[in-house]
Order: sequence, then structure tokens, then C-alpha cells
Amino acid sequence: MIKQVLFAGFGGQGVLFAGRVLANTALGKGYELSWLPSYGPETRGGTSNCAVVISDRKIGSPIVTNPDILVAMNAPSFDRFIDSVSENGLAIIDSSLIIRESNRDDITRIDIAATTLAQQKQLTGLANMILLGKLFSEIALFDEADISSGMKLSVSSSRESLINLNLTAIALGSSI
Amino acid sequence: MAERLLMKGNEAVAEAAILAGCIHFFGYPITPQTEVAAYMSKRLPKIEGGVYLQAESEIAAANMVLGASAAGVRAMTSSSSPGISLKTECISYMAGSDIPCLIVNVQRAGPGLGGIQPSQADYWQATRGLGHGGAHALVFAPSSIQEMVDMVFDGFELAEQYRIPAIILSDGLLGQMMEPVIFPERKPKYIDKPWALTGHGFKREHNIVNSLYLEASELEEKNNEREQRYNEIRRLHAVADSYLMEDASVAVVAYGAAARVSGAAIDVLREQGVKAGLIRPVTLWPFPTAAIESAAEQLEQILVVEMSHGQMVEDVRLAVNGKIPVHFYGRNGGILPTQQEIINQLLELTGGVK
Repeated sequence: MIKQVLFAGFGGQGVLFAGRVLANTALGKGYELSWLPSYGPETRGGTSNCAVVISDRKIGSPIVTNPDILVAMNAPSFDRFIDSVSENGLAIIDSSLIIRESNRDDITRIDIAATTLAQQKQLTGLANMILLGKLFSEIALFDEADISSGMKLSVSSSRESLINLNLTAIALGSSI
Repeated sequence: MAERLLMKGNEAVAEAAILAGCIHFFGYPITPQTEVAAYMSKRLPKIEGGVYLQAESEIAAANMVLGASAAGVRAMTSSSSPGISLKTECISYMAGSDIPCLIVNVQRAGPGLGGIQPSQADYWQATRGLGHGGAHALVFAPSSIQEMVDMVFDGFELAEQYRIPAIILSDGLLGQMMEPVIFPERKPKYIDKPWALTGHGFKREHNIVNSLYLEASELEEKNNEREQRYNEIRRLHAVADSYLMEDASVAVVAYGAAARVSGAAIDVLREQGVKAGLIRPVTLWPFPTAAIESAAEQLEQILVVEMSHGQMVEDVRLAVNGKIPVHFYGRNGGILPTQQEIINQLLELTGGVK
């Protein structure tokens, strides 16, 4: 088993954090994993992405060129990465911010208006967690307890109050 | 069992240094290394005798390490490629003064200011070009964060045993990525440093730590003595890891991040029946010449993969000494070779399954 995931969006949308929660959840289950942020010129202009690889074997490259799963949180990221998604792969799209068609009929595309939904449900700023929730329900590798421990490892103790809000957003995303 | 943690390479190497007894860190910021210094700035002031200092320049930072190490303290610095160039004058002085220390180079692409993405183009510098005068340092090449952590202990301890600087040759990929790591439950080993410049209340002759010898015969004697230590290191501490080599007819020789990708490529080829293996130099100086020389007896050819235009390939060719062809594949400028690129290279060389 190997899952190569790419989270991409604007800086500030919590793209790196979403990757970190996924990575810490996989850590708790004993998987091999890697988390690699974009850094340097790629991040200038405000886009941000991170690659997470989860596997039951030792991981070669932590760089994800052809993601099995793309989580896209803005239009530039969608444009840049949608063609790179591997055949039969999955794209989870924040459709509140991305109004784009693609000619990829060989992948599964899930549109969730995550940013709008987050605002409606008093979860403003947690679109990343809603999309991550959907990702968790699609990959079906982790149960609620795994995700909850992954979340606790990802949030610093000074911001502990955010844990439950994040988990609520993940549960919402999973239920869609 | 110790806890499995998720950590960035740059932070893990810093934490490992603290666990290995490093109490002084002198640095200067440069991408993609800055997290090493940032981590040290948070942790070291909380440790007894701990000093974190951001120097005014890389040159100053390296000379502060020289000073602290001369006083017998376990000290380190870290930087990325252009910063290491600035430190090399002092590294030569440390080698000439027989001073141990640990230096982490989180390599970025060059030459010049180059770029900030990962690279392996400092191989020549680390193994050949640490300043003037024939200086050497132990050079460790981790290919995972776990290995990097373990090497920090070996680095400090061997450096002190042989009175020689040690370098951990990381890169932007290993520094910036996170992966699971278990910190070893290993207590740091300390040895006596009768040469160190410590206060002694006039109870002994004063020590001199110096690299200047104006009398040629004296300098030759000093250099010969040091060369004997270098030779012992070459004999005892050259390390290579081999993977699927028992029946291999073609081997990739790669280190660090390039070795990770090569290993994954070899797994794919093995499933297709191609008899490929991996020889991974774990130390670059001393270079594991003997391991490659003996592997050349069983192999038909070798492919060296590096994130440069080819630097280690020269040492591989020296080790193989013309017995079999040594090919090269590399990407540079901050780009990693992909698994598919390495697979294609090996398929082209072997003609696929025979």
C-alpha cells in the first residue's frame, strides 16, 4: 500500500497543517510516512503545498510528482496540479473557490464548497479540515480514534482549544 | 521502547546533538538550514552550560566553534552550501589544530548563491575542499532522518577520538521533510581531552592549540602524525550499506536522498526480474572503496546516481579501477532524479530482463 497525497492552496489556508494531521494520524498507526513542504520560490506569490506519502514499506522519494489524491484549495493550485493526478486518482476540490472544469475523465473528482460550508457552520477558517475529513473517509485507513490522536499530536498545547473544532470540521467533511 | 516522533530533519539533527552532549551552538541563518539554529536557540539556553549564539557571519560562527572546542566543549555549527564555503577557512584551521567539532551542511544547489532547493553538489567540497592544506573531516551521508540522528552521536564521538572535525552532509530535502524518528536511548561517551585549553592553576605545562608551524621539519612531523590518524580512519571507519546485492548484476551507487529514490527504483525493477542492487556509501570520507572494489568482482556494470553533474562518480571509478563500466545519471540545480528516471536508466543499461 502506498498513498501519495498533495495538499495545495494559498498560504494561510492551513495546507501544511492538514498534511501534518494526516501524517501524525499515519504515525500513530505505525505506517511509514513522509511530509514535505514546498519551500522557497514556490511559496512566493502565496501558493503553498505539501506532499504526504503513507506506505507500509520504506519510502523512497518524499516528493510527489503524480499524486493519488490531490486536495486543491485554490484555482492556481487546481490549474497547476490537476493534470498530474495519477490515473484513477482522486481530486478533492474546494468548489467555493475553484470554479474550473478539467478534461480528466480518468479520475474521481469530489467538489465540496468547503469554505462556504465552514462559514455556515461556525467553522470559519477550517475548510482545510472539512476537505481532510473527506479525504479520511475516502482512504478508509483510519478510524475516529486514530484521527483524534493524530490531531492531538499536531496541535501545540497552547492552542489545545482548537482540537475539538478541528475534529468537528473533520467529522463534517467525512459525513458528506 | 522509545517514542516514535514525527520531526523535520533540521530539528531532529539539532535535538540529537543536544542528546549527544552538544552544549554550544554557533550559527548564522541560511535557507534551507535555518531550523537547526532556530531549534537550538530555543533549547540550548535551558540546558546547564548551554550557549546558543547567532554570530555576525558564518566565518565568525566557525571560529567560535574553534574556540569552544579548543576549550574542550562539545560544540557545533550548521549552514548550507554557500555558508559552508565561508567556514572552510576555519575548518582547515580546526583540522590543522586537531580540533574536533560537528558541522551540519544542509546542501542547496550551487555554484555561487545557486538556489535553495536540495542538491548534492558539495561532495567535492566535503571530501576534498575543506579549505587549504590537505585537511580532512569525517563526512557522514544520512539518507533518512533516523540515520541522521544516529550519526550525530558517532560524529561527535569519532571526531573527539581522532581529533578531527566531522560533517553531516544533509540536503534541503532531508532537512525540510518530516518522517518518523526514534531518538536512541544512548548516553553520550566522553573521553579525556588532555590537550584542551582549560584552567589548571599552574599545575601543569600550559597547552597550546595552534595550526602554525614555521619550522618545516616540525610541520612535516605533525602532518605525518595526523596522516597516520587519517589512515586509521580510512581503515576502520569507511561504511557502506548494501541492498539486494547478493545476486545483483547491476548496482546503483548513490548516497543520501539520491539513494532513497534509487532504492525505490530497484524495488520496482526487482519485481520485473531485473537483478539490480544498491550500494550506499554511508561515509563519504573515508570513502568505502573496498566495498565497491569487491562488488565490482560480481557486477557487470554500475550506475552512479547523484544530485549533481557527477562528483562521487570519480571515487567510484577509482575504486572500480576500470574493471567494469561505471555510468552516471544525475539531476542538478535543486531537482531530484525521479524513480522513473532511474528505472529508465537501468533498463537502458541492462536491456531489461534477460
